[in-house]
Amino acid sequence: MSTYDADELGWFGGTGAFGGRFMPEALMAALDELDVAWQKAMADPTFVAQFEALLQDYAGVPSMLYDAKRLSDLAGARILLKREDLNHTGAHKIRNVLGQALLTKRMGKTRVIAETGAGQHGVASATAAAYLGLDCTVYMGEVDTERQALNVARMQLLGAEVVSVKSGSRTLKDAINEALRDWVASVDHTAYLFGTAAGPHPFPSLVLSFVRGIGDEARRQCLDLTGALPDAVAACVGGGSNAIGLFAGFVDDPEVDIYGFEAGGDGVDTGRHAATIFAGSIGVLHGARTFVLQDEDGQTVESHSISAGLDYPGVGPQHAALSAAGRATYLPVTDAEAMDAMALLARTEGIIPAIESAHAVAGALRVAKERPGQTILVNLSGRGDKDMGTALEYFGLGTAGASTEDGK
Amino acid sequence: MTSTSTAFGTARSEGRAALVGYLPAGFPDVDGSIAALKAMVAAGCDVIEIGLPYSDPVMDGPTIQAAAQQALEGGIRTSDVFRVVEAVAATGVPTLVMTYWNPVERYGVERFAQDLANAGGAGLITPDLTPDFAPEWVAAADERDLDKVFLVAPSSTDERIAMTTAACRGFVYATAVMGVTGARTTTSELAGPLVTRAKALQPAGLDLPVGVGLGVSNGAQAAELASYADGVIVGSAFVRVLQDHAGDARGGLAALTALTEDLASGVRGAVRA
Repeated sequence: MSTYDADELGWFGGTGAFGGRFMPEALMAALDELDVAWQKAMADPTFVAQFEALLQDYAGVPSMLYDAKRLSDLAGARILLKREDLNHTGAHKIRNVLGQALLTKRMGKTRVIAETGAGQHGVASATAAAYLGLDCTVYMGEVDTERQALNVARMQLLGAEVVSVKSGSRTLKDAINEALRDWVASVDHTAYLFGTAAGPHPFPSLVLSFVRGIGDEARRQCLDLTGALPDAVAACVGGGSNAIGLFAGFVDDPEVDIYGFEAGGDGVDTGRHAATIFAGSIGVLHGARTFVLQDEDGQTVESHSISAGLDYPGVGPQHAALSAAGRATYLPVTDAEAMDAMALLARTEGIIPAIESAHAVAGALRVAKERPGQTILVNLSGRGDKDMGTALEYFGLGTAGASTEDGK
Repeated sequence: MTSTSTAFGTARSEGRAALVGYLPAGFPDVDGSIAALKAMVAAGCDVIEIGLPYSDPVMDGPTIQAAAQQALEGGIRTSDVFRVVEAVAATGVPTLVMTYWNPVERYGVERFAQDLANAGGAGLITPDLTPDFAPEWVAAADERDLDKVFLVAPSSTDERIAMTTAACRGFVYATAVMGVTGARTTTSELAGPLVTRAKALQPAGLDLPVGVGLGVSNGAQAAELASYADGVIVGSAFVRVLQDHAGDARGGLAALTALTEDLASGVRGAVRA
């Protein structure tokens, strides 16, 4: 139990501060039931062992901590990469869905629903559902189904039904709205696999419990590799599940500085961004009090990011609380900085990161300039395969630069 | 007694259920919504709910979502909602605002409560705010004698129904189906037992009326519901009538009046249990 954990009602940072449960009464019983089932499961050695075995044998966890020497030479600080991109399905998300899907089975429910932005959580949910024999419906904004068509196909191949959401801004926030609407009507037999450490209590804490292996492993691995804790840790923050998973391993180590990098889009001053903590204000969205991008009347404002996975106008309440407490620093990274970092990591280390994760790399490179010779541990939360369409367009790739001539 | 519970009481003394009508403010536009709500009052609504359009209405089905979206695209502001409240409350019918929580929090809970009271509003219905997370609103409402209408659902535990009804003022809103708003062809078999529980589990002596919402679209359904509920709440059906008469204000008002009259005779035609 850390001082940064939620209280019984799901408040982070004190009663009424961040988190809580702002939800229709129709879902309250289900959220209470989930809370009780989750706490019992986490106290049950059999469940914990099952979860850990699944992670190890199926998902490829623990992911390695990689000493990125060539990148470090360029950065001027020692950069360690937590290789969550090597997990099954290509991101940290598999940890969360395996935990939640296992819990669903334990609760006797037969169907799962999920929302997805970039498609990573949808693919992970469809994977876990296929593996554990659950029906799966994934809600995805119409805009995102277009920019992540490959992930739509992956989900379908895994047997999930993908529903294209045409309401509102047709992105992640609207997919969450639609999943909640489904859940209100199906809660007796359906579990909602929430994709990030946000939403109503107990989701932020529940998701954290399944992804905190990222930070716990990284802490051990860093001690083994370097003999010391890192000077700083860094992760990208959309809803914030990969980041909270990493940060959880270090929040109680005051000597370790914590950085979350939000999507700065075209630049925070243009208004086209998703830097919720850096540039948003306190409000209630999707069941929790947190930082929100909103107008004067509390209407949610559309977020913008080249990365679908960070394109969300809210953020997990624990990040809001860590920011308010001064324990973690949240800064924006623009689309351009992230894309530069994506290319740089590809060319120096032969690793193509997800654009989400490239935000963390770009942020770490910036931090490195202020910390020459120090150790910065970065969560490489996902791989870039899904982003090749965006990269192709952004960098003008895909046409061979040279050709052989006939007859040679 | 509040103006809302008085309206329910009057209906009860007439041996019938109260008719509660909902429309979002600013739909089809601000003045259009005032005209529509006044027509509903004139044709027999006993209590009015004015929806505050919100960008992320997770409890609403496609009909009300589309209306709220249209109102937002029309540029409706929270201050306009108070203008609609003022115009409708001036008819003398108890007028509540139904709103998701974030717009209230953003406006300032105290300021919102005060401006609502100043406009003659009777109180708030809060679909995504439950009493256990509402201390600020409860305090602001109590200070101004505003109604606090919280929802109960078929899935609510006895303990939560007792807690929720204890915190309500005006009436208790029973959501009769597990699902989002929208007209349905049949009334739910979950409604009757929920009304019974919402009455039985109230703290002794409270005797709050229980209104049933979600799904009612005609007089026959209203009559069925009125046989055991104190109030019949209708929303999506009114919205749909206006959507069906888009661009035809006069036709829309005529159809709205006809629907209200059908529903009003429904709540009167029922044989009370």
